[in-house]
Amino acid sequence: MDPLSWGEILVQIFIRFTPVWIALLTLFVVSIFYKRKLGLYGKLFDSPIGMVGFALVMFWVFTAIFADLIMTHDPLFQVSGMKNKVPGTPMSSTAEEGMFTHYLLGGDNLARDVFSRMVLGSRVVLLIAPLATLFAFMVGITLGLPAGYYGGTLDTVLSFLANLVLAFPVILLFYLLVTPEIVLTGLPTFMAMFLFVFPLVFLVILFNSRYFTQTTKRNVLVATVLIVGGSLYLSTISQPGTPVNFLPPGLDMFNIESGILIVFVSVVFVNSPTVFRIVRGLVLDIKTRDYVAAGQTRGEGPWYIMLWEILPNARGPLIVDFCLRIGYTTILLGTLGFFGLGLSSESPDWGSTINAGRRLLSVFPHPAIAPALALMSLVLGLNLLADGLREESLKD
Amino acid sequence: MGRFILRRLGVMLLTALCLTFIVFWLTNLYPNLEKLAKTQGNFRMSDEAVTSFLTREGYLQPLPVKYGQWLGVLPGHTFTDDEGKTTGKCIGREMAPEDAPRFCGVLQGDWGASTVFKDDAANIIFKRLGLTGWLMLAVMCVMVPAALILGVLAGMREGSRTDRTLSTVSIASTATPEYVSGVIFIAIFASSAFGLKWFKGSATSAMDDITWANFTLPVVTIALYGMGYIARMTRASMTEVMTAQYIRTARLKGVSFPNIVMKHALRNALIAPFTVIMLQFPWLLNGVVIVETLFNYKGFGWVLVQAAGNNDIDLLLGCSVVAVFVVLVTQLISDIGYVFLNPRIRIA
Repeated sequence: MDPLSWGEILVQIFIRFTPVWIALLTLFVVSIFYKRKLGLYGKLFDSPIGMVGFALVMFWVFTAIFADLIMTHDPLFQVSGMKNKVPGTPMSSTAEEGMFTHYLLGGDNLARDVFSRMVLGSRVVLLIAPLATLFAFMVGITLGLPAGYYGGTLDTVLSFLANLVLAFPVILLFYLLVTPEIVLTGLPTFMAMFLFVFPLVFLVILFNSRYFTQTTKRNVLVATVLIVGGSLYLSTISQPGTPVNFLPPGLDMFNIESGILIVFVSVVFVNSPTVFRIVRGLVLDIKTRDYVAAGQTRGEGPWYIMLWEILPNARGPLIVDFCLRIGYTTILLGTLGFFGLGLSSESPDWGSTINAGRRLLSVFPHPAIAPALALMSLVLGLNLLADGLREESLKD
Repeated sequence: MGRFILRRLGVMLLTALCLTFIVFWLTNLYPNLEKLAKTQGNFRMSDEAVTSFLTREGYLQPLPVKYGQWLGVLPGHTFTDDEGKTTGKCIGREMAPEDAPRFCGVLQGDWGASTVFKDDAANIIFKRLGLTGWLMLAVMCVMVPAALILGVLAGMREGSRTDRTLSTVSIASTATPEYVSGVIFIAIFASSAFGLKWFKGSATSAMDDITWANFTLPVVTIALYGMGYIARMTRASMTEVMTAQYIRTARLKGVSFPNIVMKHALRNALIAPFTVIMLQFPWLLNGVVIVETLFNYKGFGWVLVQAAGNNDIDLLLGCSVVAVFVVLVTQLISDIGYVFLNPRIRIA
């Protein structure tokens, strides 16, 4: 087998991504065809910048979904003789039959395929980043709404706490939370217990305030949330091997790898004060509007006004910030990986791979460059998408 | 104004106390202390040996007492062993116990000793801060003018082609964290793979002698990530100013466009970026830690990583005091500066 030239490498990579191209093309054709009926999402297709951003983001989303089809090798499999080989190197003679014939983007310092690791890394990143951002929003919204609406002592205390977390240098906080000694004390698990309650609280208050007068409907909805959400919550926080382990194995539906849980918790913790401040600011602005006064005059409860009058009217800036914040969370995850904190060193996520590749950077740059470019393009896509959304939502 | 500053200072002090207390608590959790005892003594220490070591060093006192001692508001811990020899936090190696001061905390200027570098924590921190100071200075000199020019040029004519191009550039720069741009820069400009060996991939030699070759990449790497954000804020504020009434008046009077931008718009458009630039310092701190690790420049960020990675309690506390101080002071300056720059805001 001959080594591939750069042109051949690009062609091969393009072919490997075929499922992604098909999915992307279908999505765009359908969306553009129906764009007038799709609201804000449809309007995105009027702005070129928004479209480019959306395409970049969806490219990585589809890559994460179809990762198993795209990967050329097992991302943990080491082939002897392939250590630090440049992109396009054919497999060494020790390779088994039936394997893909080349390392498209070369081999890393443990002779694993850089391309496959990059592709699988998107799955780790795209699983944690949006979900962590969603949780941070739940925390920020649940605390920010009353802080802005009631003001007074509650606002002073919560704002002080938020500023406290924000004044912490992020990396110091990560080092303090993610070291194995702290994990032993169970601190991250206790933080998870605290932070993961918020989505539950949010949903219960949401339905309770909306259907307060329709008792049956309210009871059904609240009970569903409590049973489904509650069991998910309990299974998440109950982990064997940590101080919080109370569910019998039969009831504990799943266990999250402890590294992932810790990373998740610290990222949510760092993000939620900023969301809190944004929500609080928006509420302070919106609560002076006439429709809020009308609601108060009608005798609506404070939580109804906060969640069903103020929150829907704050959605524009919140959606834009949500996109930006997923990008920022991706950067934070990369930072954690870069310092080798949290996720195991075998994990294919982009931060850890950059960290592994940076030691030999001046001799073999390719193992670090592939994940670096991947991370950059995803964050760039999210930022462009947010910019497009902002522009389109400001138009009317 | 005086009362406003006083109140801000009060809140700042409270925040600093809370933050240092949290760091103190986290570093003094028992597993951390056990690890400390084992690295100080030997790794096969029995549990009793660990306990006796920790008692002798005063680590097993209640947390608030330890914190007070570290701060210097409570008298330092002393311990008299079975042979009647007295050791303590405030008693130096060649010092008689009677001569030692009672208080020795941060307030007295005693920051404790680093267990990793075997030196006084304050010495290490201030020496390293000097190195980081040069880096920060260079970054500011590159980042601020570049960002302001980018933002003003983009915001001058909203929606023009220049605006679109420059806005995309600044979005791209905010999407490139330091560890990505650093890796790419090293690969392109310093590795043998591309053959362009213009700069050095390590800034270790810049600690003694700053040269073009060893300092450009770290500075550009930090500046790039912060630049986009400041540029976007400048652009937003510039576009707002350009739609103001007095700009229209100036145009109708026939003032030339460069004159309007330079003399009328710029001064008002630069108020908002000032706040943003001041608030950027905490983020720079983050970038400094990453870049100093990547380029092996042994400044403050590098010390922070070493201290945190080895649970060097006194050094880590010292680092967090400095970091928190930087963050809070820049917040204060940005608040006060905003009031001074914008005469429309009055605080009683």
